[in-house]
Amino acid sequence: MQTNEQVLPLPSLDIAVPGCQEDEYELVYHKPSTLVEVNMHYCPGCAHSLVHKLLMEVVEDMNIQDKTIGIAPVGCSVFAYDYMNIDMQEAAHGRAAAVATAVKRLMPEKYVFTYQGDGDLASIGIAETLHAINRGENILIVFMNNAVYGMTSGQMAPTTLTGMKTTTTPNGRETSLSGYPIKIAELMAVLPGSFYVSRQTVHNAAAVRKTKKALEKAIKYQDLNKGTCLVEIIGNCPSNWKMTPTESSKFIEEEMIKTFPVGDIKLPKAEDLKTKLEEN
Amino acid sequence: MTEAKLMKGNEALAEAAIQAGCDAYFGYPITPQSEVLEYLAREMPKHGRLVMQAESEVASINMVYGAAGAGFRSMTSSSSPGISLMQEGISYLAGAELPCLIVNVNRAGPGLGTIQPGQGDYFQSVKGGGHGDYKMIVLAPASVQEMADFVFLGFDLADKYRNPVLILSDGAIGQMMEKVVFKPYTNPQVDKSAWATTGKPTTRERNYVTSLFIQPERMEVHNLKLEEKFKRIRENEVRFEEINTADAEYIFVAYGLSARICQKTMDLAREKGIKVGLLRPICVYPYPYKRLEELASQVKCMISVELNSGQMVEDVQLAVKGKVPVEFIGKMGGLLFTPEEILQQLEKLIQQYHAN
Repeated sequence: MQTNEQVLPLPSLDIAVPGCQEDEYELVYHKPSTLVEVNMHYCPGCAHSLVHKLLMEVVEDMNIQDKTIGIAPVGCSVFAYDYMNIDMQEAAHGRAAAVATAVKRLMPEKYVFTYQGDGDLASIGIAETLHAINRGENILIVFMNNAVYGMTSGQMAPTTLTGMKTTTTPNGRETSLSGYPIKIAELMAVLPGSFYVSRQTVHNAAAVRKTKKALEKAIKYQDLNKGTCLVEIIGNCPSNWKMTPTESSKFIEEEMIKTFPVGDIKLPKAEDLKTKLEEN
Repeated sequence: MTEAKLMKGNEALAEAAIQAGCDAYFGYPITPQSEVLEYLAREMPKHGRLVMQAESEVASINMVYGAAGAGFRSMTSSSSPGISLMQEGISYLAGAELPCLIVNVNRAGPGLGTIQPGQGDYFQSVKGGGHGDYKMIVLAPASVQEMADFVFLGFDLADKYRNPVLILSDGAIGQMMEKVVFKPYTNPQVDKSAWATTGKPTTRERNYVTSLFIQPERMEVHNLKLEEKFKRIRENEVRFEEINTADAEYIFVAYGLSARICQKTMDLAREKGIKVGLLRPICVYPYPYKRLEELASQVKCMISVELNSGQMVEDVQLAVKGKVPVEFIGKMGGLLFTPEEILQQLEKLIQQYHAN
């Protein structure tokens, strides 16, 4: 049983500080127990570590650690299972939605999510993603969109902004050759199998709170068994954008959200939410 | 259900999957094996099992990965071009040590080829297929009965070694109808709780299924562990059948459909006084190298008979270590040789040996 009152040991201080005894502290924040006690490999300012934490906070808050199975992708978050203290499977590049399909269908009482980047989901894995959503698989797809291939050091992704420079678009993405930044959330929202589709960012504190809310709703909706939930998160990638973390947040605010507007894109129908309330 | 039934190879295989306790089947239509998916789509839900038509073979094999990773008995089937698409997934399954059953109802190729039977996927099946160092146990049925039997055996071997097992059949065995008897079978219900992703209780560490070992030192440890397993497989799972080898001067080496045709050729040849025997590898991986080497000392020649351009013949050559000549009789294009055709070629070979 998890409790929010869990007290973590405080660092010992060499000097006695009057009025700063442990029992005088009120715990206002703790690392969720659903995260493994290791340092993450992510770059400073990277969105992955933050989104990992948000997701695992939701799992802790809902007390569903023993019922949650995650599917990790190929990309920067390939090591997600090193950090998330839940049962996980590491899928082949792009295939997480197919893997998750089987896991959820065979264990419908579990909460199943995939965690995928834009190369993984929007490029090589778009068929598996689209068909899983079209079947209305009762899973959560967490889609990290940072407009580049992170792990291979910043090549063009399907989500790369028009004109954006990457290592494989040295003069900026030309749409005549490479097409347009693909809007996964809007695309998947069209499918009848999708239930809740939202696009969020984590580039400031308010956005982080909204993202956590979206993730929480998306996981809870699995209780309704009404279809796939997709939360697209525009994530900072300062290393590959060649920016400081602060600059990367500014870039999201000034550039990324112009192409990828933030907010709920598809909301559950009122009657679907109502049904559940009546059942309860 | 021990009475004999008349069934198509593909359907016998599908029925066996149900009786073997297969929890989940994922497939994509392709000739000549679509009956497997059709049969299971009709029958599996009656048993409360999961059957899904995936959007591609790529999705099928990755659904198998998910199901196997969660500890379920899972299976897919396809034919040559579809099996090519699955190679990535098979490599991941082997790397992550997930037990599952894969069926290839081999058709002739390369490319889109034809829907008629072939054995051109031998190399792909036994020498790797996908990337990296891995092996699969490969069972080669030569009858509808074996299409059923090898499903039970295949699932058990997959669980025993935590490794994918392949049934390498062909379009003829898959499509033809024969008598089949389903023997009583009990699913051993192997405990997979030590690694299957079923949700982490507080009482154990998290389970994760992966084939990723980014640190070379850990990768090596994993590679060596797999190699040790493949060594055990080579020591324990060699399976073959020998007919008329005791006095044989010539030995046909053939698997699956070719072996059946060779059996008839052997009878015809024996009537003519030609001492021919047959060694039929039942497992084409692991391969009966040792037995073939033993037999090499007593024969004039070994003849590999295959429905391809000559693939298994290389394993026969490896086995006999140059002690005797190794010949090849083949047929391609999705066509079958008749027993008489093979006999003619055999007689030609014998003449050559006499001339020398």
